[in-house]
Amino acid sequence: MSSVSAPSLFLSEIRTIFRRWRHLSILAVLAGVPILLAVAVRLTTSPESGQGPPLLDQVTNNGLFVGLSALVICIPFFLPLSIGVVAGDTIAGEASLGTIRYLLVAPSGRSRLLLIKYLSTVVFCLVATLTVVVVGALVGWALFGAEDVVLLSGDTITTADAVVRAVLMAGYVTVSLAGFAAIGLFVSTITEVPVGAMAATVTTAIAAQVAGSIPQLSWLHPWLFTDKWLDVADLLRNPIAWASFGDNLLLQGGYILVFGALAWARFTTKDVLA
Amino acid sequence: MTDLAIHTRSLTKRYGSQTAVNAIDLAVPTGAVYGFLGPNGSGKTTTIRVLLGLAGATSGDAELLGSAMPRGARAVLPRVGALVEGPAFYPFLSGTANLARLDAANPGAPTRTRRTRIRTALERVGLSNAANKRVKAYSLGMKQRLGLAAALLMPRDLLVLDEPTNGLDPQGTREVRGLIRGLAGDGATIFVSSHLLAEIEQVCTHVGVMSAGRLVAQGTLASLGGEGGRVRVDTPDARGAAAVLSGLGLGDPRVEADVVHVTTERLGSATDGGVAAEDIVAALVAAGVRVRGFTVEHASLEDRFVELTGEGFDVVR
Repeated sequence: MSSVSAPSLFLSEIRTIFRRWRHLSILAVLAGVPILLAVAVRLTTSPESGQGPPLLDQVTNNGLFVGLSALVICIPFFLPLSIGVVAGDTIAGEASLGTIRYLLVAPSGRSRLLLIKYLSTVVFCLVATLTVVVVGALVGWALFGAEDVVLLSGDTITTADAVVRAVLMAGYVTVSLAGFAAIGLFVSTITEVPVGAMAATVTTAIAAQVAGSIPQLSWLHPWLFTDKWLDVADLLRNPIAWASFGDNLLLQGGYILVFGALAWARFTTKDVLA
Repeated sequence: MTDLAIHTRSLTKRYGSQTAVNAIDLAVPTGAVYGFLGPNGSGKTTTIRVLLGLAGATSGDAELLGSAMPRGARAVLPRVGALVEGPAFYPFLSGTANLARLDAANPGAPTRTRRTRIRTALERVGLSNAANKRVKAYSLGMKQRLGLAAALLMPRDLLVLDEPTNGLDPQGTREVRGLIRGLAGDGATIFVSSHLLAEIEQVCTHVGVMSAGRLVAQGTLASLGGEGGRVRVDTPDARGAAAVLSGLGLGDPRVEADVVHVTTERLGSATDGGVAAEDIVAALVAAGVRVRGFTVEHASLEDRFVELTGEGFDVVR
């Protein structure tokens, strides 16, 4: 019986997430980033290289790069903010509405509810990332066309190959955010105030990136969940530098395990008084 | 043992230094409508939270429909409908969508019949016309009804209703009483908490009274009403009547012109040491007292309630 209707609550969770104006406006803001970027690049003649991977220079060569550049722009702040809002809301939001007690009495089961909450947050990560990439690709296509792509390594690949790489990059960023989402899930189990959980979650991402930018803390860097976030650009080399993909997977997997376990230990034993 | 739908042994719940529920032994017989009474802050909701596995007991144990809680939650809770500390819903979803979500959370609820069951539940609580409105636009009474609808989504063996009439208008309150009678008629056990006695008195078969975390009384409604009450005799022979009443050991009668009153703790039947009303009349007549009117008022549950929980308006703790 339970196996038949198990996806039921998951689907309901997904539907609930995407029915909230708050979450839809987050996606709208994320979609705005590549649009803004493409229009700005189109209107100015020679974009200058800034920090991060030199993607902006490539934008005019191929529309696909709009999405990828926008993704890199969103990684340090916009994406963590978006995911922090959703992940921080998971348990704390239900607690503040009081709906958590009715879900548990239904009975959703505490572990099952936690797992579903986490998985649906990861789905939101994927949708958020794809929103940037897909909107970027479409706008780029419209404004710059889709010729063969010159990679960071100097090689040229076809548009089809570029699409595959765009999907890979979206996957990479989703994995990057999955570890962060686990932190948000844990924070969400320790409070009944969703805004507090959201703020605390976003703060961890900012703090980790600040720590990551201090050279004296280099011993700490490999342990920061943000450490591999910008290595997404390695997917634009030829051949693809798979090592960073694997390293990132391992790092995020560690965070998912640790914070998932903490969230589980906390949520399965706490008194639900909301 | 299994003929108790809810059974707790020495159930205790402490929050820090405060003992919210103090060693209570609830015994709710299967098929009963059990009124769980007590003033605000007496531990009713905490007890319900522990019963439903939302909070863990500090000591003692609780059984729901024969399974230990919270261990048996997965197996037992699908058979239990509950309203805990007021309704809670997603304000941005419609009544129907809210119920669909709660139903989806129950692994024992078949997806196939969901739509029909939701419609029936909404009909039962009179919300059909507001089914597609967002809960944001619901009044407190409507939310309360929606909460009841959620408890009725599946056929239940036990309903735990915490203050189900809170926020309802008089008609709504009547309907809830009707609903409780109907559910009890279908064979469900109903555990209903309230601080409003009048609402409960009319539908309950059993009553438990909480005061400051302790269960101070428990039993059938009749047994809790007790032997206390008032006897009033209208008679021109007031003095003779007073003599008979005190002779029966009913206490110290008060005489006012043609009326004699006595307040007593000994009403009941001769078998349990009390004095039956018919025996009082026989004694009066035998003594030649001309009886024009005779009234026996058993102490109301409210008198008993106040007696057990204290008069004060202040929250005890």
